[in-house]
Amino acid sequence: MKSYFFPLWIVVIGALSLLPFLWFVLTSVKSAAQITAIPPQIMPAFHADFYRSAVSEHGLFRYLANSVIVAGSTTLISIAIGALAAYALTRFRFSWTRFYLMLLLAISMFPQISIAGPVWRILSHMGWLNTYQGITAAYVSLSLPLAVWILSTFFKELPYEIEEAALIDGCSRLQALSKVVLPLAAPGLFTAAILVFIHAWNEFFFALIILTNSNFQTLPVGIALFPGEYTMPWGEIAAASTMATLPLVVLTLLFQRRIIRGLSAGAVKG
Amino acid sequence: MLEEISFEVADGEFCVLLGPSGCGKTTLLRLVAGLEEASGGTISLNGQRIDDLPPQKRDVAFVFQNYALYPHMSVSENMAFSLRLRRLAEREIQQRVGEAARLLKIEGQLERKPQELSGGQRQRVAVGRAIVRQPKIFLFDEPLSNLDASLRGTMRVELARLHRKLRATILYITHDQAEAMTLGEKIVVLHEGRIQQIGSSSAIYRQPANTFVARFVGSPQMNLVEGRLDEKRAVLKNGRLEIDLSEALSEGWKGYAGKALTVGIRPEDLLLTSRDDAWVEGEVEIIEDLGSDRFVHLRCDEMELLARIPAHVAVNRGEIIRLTGKPSQLHLFYQGKRVH
Repeated sequence: MKSYFFPLWIVVIGALSLLPFLWFVLTSVKSAAQITAIPPQIMPAFHADFYRSAVSEHGLFRYLANSVIVAGSTTLISIAIGALAAYALTRFRFSWTRFYLMLLLAISMFPQISIAGPVWRILSHMGWLNTYQGITAAYVSLSLPLAVWILSTFFKELPYEIEEAALIDGCSRLQALSKVVLPLAAPGLFTAAILVFIHAWNEFFFALIILTNSNFQTLPVGIALFPGEYTMPWGEIAAASTMATLPLVVLTLLFQRRIIRGLSAGAVKG
Repeated sequence: MLEEISFEVADGEFCVLLGPSGCGKTTLLRLVAGLEEASGGTISLNGQRIDDLPPQKRDVAFVFQNYALYPHMSVSENMAFSLRLRRLAEREIQQRVGEAARLLKIEGQLERKPQELSGGQRQRVAVGRAIVRQPKIFLFDEPLSNLDASLRGTMRVELARLHRKLRATILYITHDQAEAMTLGEKIVVLHEGRIQQIGSSSAIYRQPANTFVARFVGSPQMNLVEGRLDEKRAVLKNGRLEIDLSEALSEGWKGYAGKALTVGIRPEDLLLTSRDDAWVEGEVEIIEDLGSDRFVHLRCDEMELLARIPAHVAVNRGEIIRLTGKPSQLHLFYQGKRVH
């Protein structure tokens, strides 16, 4: 009895989570008439028209490129800074490391709306509104606490003797980090990198207020601004959303083993 | 806490630091390696002070208790790591790694990862990683303690053979006195952060400097019995125990007249006797028959004594027996320190 019940729940929960995604993927390949048909038609006609117009009329590729640049550089910078910070926090015996980690966690809990104003003013003062470096700086500061926390969990689990062996074998601190610690913490680096990347890829609020020039806008903002004054291009929105989701799906499927290992690290010792 | 530690290891010598856990021996080894900072004192290697150098500049090799191999590298990469860091020619690296692998009989494992190896093989790789560097000194931190008993015995002999072949200078720590005795040309006994005795294995076995060393070295343990010296004769007494020390202390006995002494007798130095001038008389409580040896636990008032009795001599539980020995094999301690 129980053994039938459990898979059933998996199917139900999976279907519920996938339904919205499935709906806009189907919508993206419907014809314009099908979208507004009553009663609703589930099977699409498999048209590529919406993709064509999302690209040609709404500049989908420009948004996609902006997202790749912003999320990519956010990830690289966050992981680079986060790895050094996490290494120092786990390996050097400062008396305030615990306090500092708690503080980081507390900061990451601040509601975005409360820091949006100050961040906007700082970036405006620096002339960084509507620039890649402006939005990247904001994202890095948002994602660093997460990166530091994930990475320090990983570094803590690495036996310190291995590093000591590297030091005795002739490594400097930085060499020990790059040749021994980072390769061993690779699952952690991947986990942190993917979570940071997903966060930056999906982020909407900061992107909306910092990037008002459509040349720099990322996918979430770009798609949100598809509707005109009198039009609601559902098909194009669905097509763009599908395009925006695909990279994440591919990334997650490629690295799913590492992500799961990363997320469960520290839960069970061994 | 380490205090008043001062000793030397000669070139090519196998020196063992022996002590119970918590005696400070690991700290001492880490100080030499540069993994720990000393609050005072100096450490010199080949006449040069190294205590202010970082570990990578000291030219020491360290074999860790849990091996500490690099899990993401193959066996040969593990061994070649330090040589690549020093930018040695690839041919030289291959040659040294090959030689070490042959010496340690791990040629077949060179392309494997550490997690595919058994404990003994990992231990060999850890030793190999140290050998290829040809360091000024090898530091071993209880390298055999994670191996099972039979493998430990084999590795012990192999380490001794390796040392004879390489004539390397080795500082080796262990809490296992059998390991120390078989390997060490010089043994430094540590307890509570202080050196108790320095000497060859036979010296610390035959002439323990104090009651700690007497108790710690030797298996089974030496019998240590408290007693008081008679005022008028050189005789130590404690209940039914009576030992004539006139030969052992000769004229010096008068200095201890009436004072409390500790006498140490190794179980193998006690002999069965039927004579009236026996040192001690007591009841056989337990007999441990190990085949080659038989250890008899003797109860004598408050005291417990252990004696090794030859297998062919019949002894029964509950029997009253008398034991004696040679005065020259007695160890005498006054206030914990050796006087004979």
